[in-house]
Amino acid sequence: MGNAIKVEHVYKEYRLGAIGGGTLKGDLQSWWARVRRQEDPNLRIDETDSRHRKNERFLALKDVSFTAKEGEAIGIIGHNGAGKSTMLKLISRVTAPTAGTISYNGRIASMLEVGTGFHPEMTGRENIYMNGAILGMTKAEISRKLDEIIEFAEMRQFIDTPVKRYSSGMYVKLAFAVAAHLDSEIMIMDEVLAVGDAKFQQKCLGKMGDAAHNQGRTVLYVSHNMSTIRQLCSRCIVLSHGEKVFDGGVEDAIAMYLGLAEQFKPVRQFDTQKRKGYFGEYLRIDEVEFLDTKDGKILNELSFRVHFHCGKDVDNVCARAEIMASENYTIGTAPSGVLMEHLYKGESYSCVLHLKVPDLMPGRFNVTLLFYYENEFKNTTTLDRVENAVIFEVSEAKITRWVTRDRGYIKLPDLELSEFQKNGD
Amino acid sequence: METYTTVIQAKSTGLNLHLKELWRYRDLILLFVKRSFITRYKQTILGPAWAIIQPLLTTVVFTVVFGNIAGLGAQGVPSFVFFFSGTMLWSYFSASLTGTANTFISNRGILGKVYFPRLVMPVSGVLTHLITFGIQFFFFLCFLIYYMIAGENVHPNLFVLMLPLLLLQLAMLGLGVGVIISALTTKYRDLSMLTGFGVSLWMYGTPIAYDMEAMGAFATGGKYHALYMLNPVTSIVNIFRYGFIGIGQIEWLYYGIGWIVTFVLLFIGVLMFNRVERTFMDTI
Repeated sequence: MGNAIKVEHVYKEYRLGAIGGGTLKGDLQSWWARVRRQEDPNLRIDETDSRHRKNERFLALKDVSFTAKEGEAIGIIGHNGAGKSTMLKLISRVTAPTAGTISYNGRIASMLEVGTGFHPEMTGRENIYMNGAILGMTKAEISRKLDEIIEFAEMRQFIDTPVKRYSSGMYVKLAFAVAAHLDSEIMIMDEVLAVGDAKFQQKCLGKMGDAAHNQGRTVLYVSHNMSTIRQLCSRCIVLSHGEKVFDGGVEDAIAMYLGLAEQFKPVRQFDTQKRKGYFGEYLRIDEVEFLDTKDGKILNELSFRVHFHCGKDVDNVCARAEIMASENYTIGTAPSGVLMEHLYKGESYSCVLHLKVPDLMPGRFNVTLLFYYENEFKNTTTLDRVENAVIFEVSEAKITRWVTRDRGYIKLPDLELSEFQKNGD
Repeated sequence: METYTTVIQAKSTGLNLHLKELWRYRDLILLFVKRSFITRYKQTILGPAWAIIQPLLTTVVFTVVFGNIAGLGAQGVPSFVFFFSGTMLWSYFSASLTGTANTFISNRGILGKVYFPRLVMPVSGVLTHLITFGIQFFFFLCFLIYYMIAGENVHPNLFVLMLPLLLLQLAMLGLGVGVIISALTTKYRDLSMLTGFGVSLWMYGTPIAYDMEAMGAFATGGKYHALYMLNPVTSIVNIFRYGFIGIGQIEWLYYGIGWIVTFVLLFIGVLMFNRVERTFMDTI
């Protein structure tokens, strides 16, 4: 399949503050001063050095290049101000790059905002035509798809009501329905799914996914919601301060974005870390050392040595390791029985814990480690808790063609067969 | 080597008006026309009647103040049709001009979020004003016919057929000057303050509220006549009145010069627009 979008060495520069003097008078004054070779009266005092004036410029994008193939759904993630929206604006031609080239094939439907061109006084039906035409459809195309759009927006009853009487949810539904029914080869979306109820969001994601995977359209999607990125995208680009820092698999990109990739260290210190409440008063974890590491990549089992000390005497100490996938949701927990029966005030200890992860699928995981004690009635009280005690990566798939987005991170035991027989006769 | 249908580069390549693309977006132009026409009169009691009430009131003022009190109206023809024709043409021209001048600032919400040929906005504005003109023109014809039946001194002739050409020139002129102003106002907001004043000054430099022949130095054969006639709108108004009412005369030389001025202004406007078009969203 061919390339749909090609972005080559794109820069975008903005000037900070006012453009020029902001007024004709100011610019004429500056110009006249330059003609007479005098100092510009409109410069601020600290700007008289021309080198300082360059600092007024701000590069929103620095040398960004990537290509998108037909039928690819690409997520663009990054923190606020990373340049995601600027990138989309450039591709959708709202403004031009300062340097570089952007090429693409076909039409682009860009949804940088919900309901562009909607007029509150016009009815839903009139606004469908308006919005569709703004997005590049002809009137005939819209008429052909009108029923489909109304159906998708679940809006038949209100379609001839002015949109100023709509709730904000209805507004969004209608707007998305129009954009989703464009016959464009490329769809660009900036976080518009953030509004609307969960059911409609799923419907939208389904529609977008269908467009990419089944109709061969190209989707560029910007969002801060990692679960929608996971659901929709097959590839991710991470932007940071205007530069492309990563381009590749979704899970790796999300880990990168959440800042986990840089955090891998064999030894992690926790003694000076602030704890919540009384955590760490009775027992305090000082250090966790990841044993037998190969850059944090593991296959079946990992071991880590924990150094800790006690501030009070404690009995019946147990531990628990909560394993979290890259976006900080727990996928499983390894509990323990009573590990240590008596620990004494003022003493330091160390121990090695072994965590078996036989059926985890590839990805980056982090472990939250807890120590707690159990009284005679089996009630537990947490003694200390540290997040990111261990960060590890499962790199080799034990099963090929396992898509964690669909199937999750854990392979359960295989299905077993019994009582197989042929029916009939 | 891959080929792409669209290539965006940092520097615009030559003079490209995207007229082909503009044609592809013709449905959008019509929808914008419809939208601004519908929404302008929604929730007003009189609705589209306002399109005729405004120039009627202006005409009454002109007839009373300039025609009856100051005595600057045309001699021998009904003052009312004389002033009404001028007001009608001028309001089409000035609405096109100021509409175009403000179009990018007032629509930056849309323009900042989605791409379509930028010229869609001013072109649809000019077309919207053409509808308003059409309504006024219908009433103008009614008055004209009334005066003809009443036996007044009005003599429409074959030159009425020049109307489409006159309107086209007005639209081009309004678009050209409006685009120049809009290209400048994306950078200098001061100009938008001056636009209104400039337009009314221009009106007094055009025989709208008075008859050219009553103005001494500006009248045919007067000292400043040639200078006065450099204003293309003057020729347009004169030809319109000659065709529909049958007064004055057509000075073909100045009409030709008027077209040259129109083309020059439109060309400058297009050049300036081409320069700011791609990045003006960053500044407005």
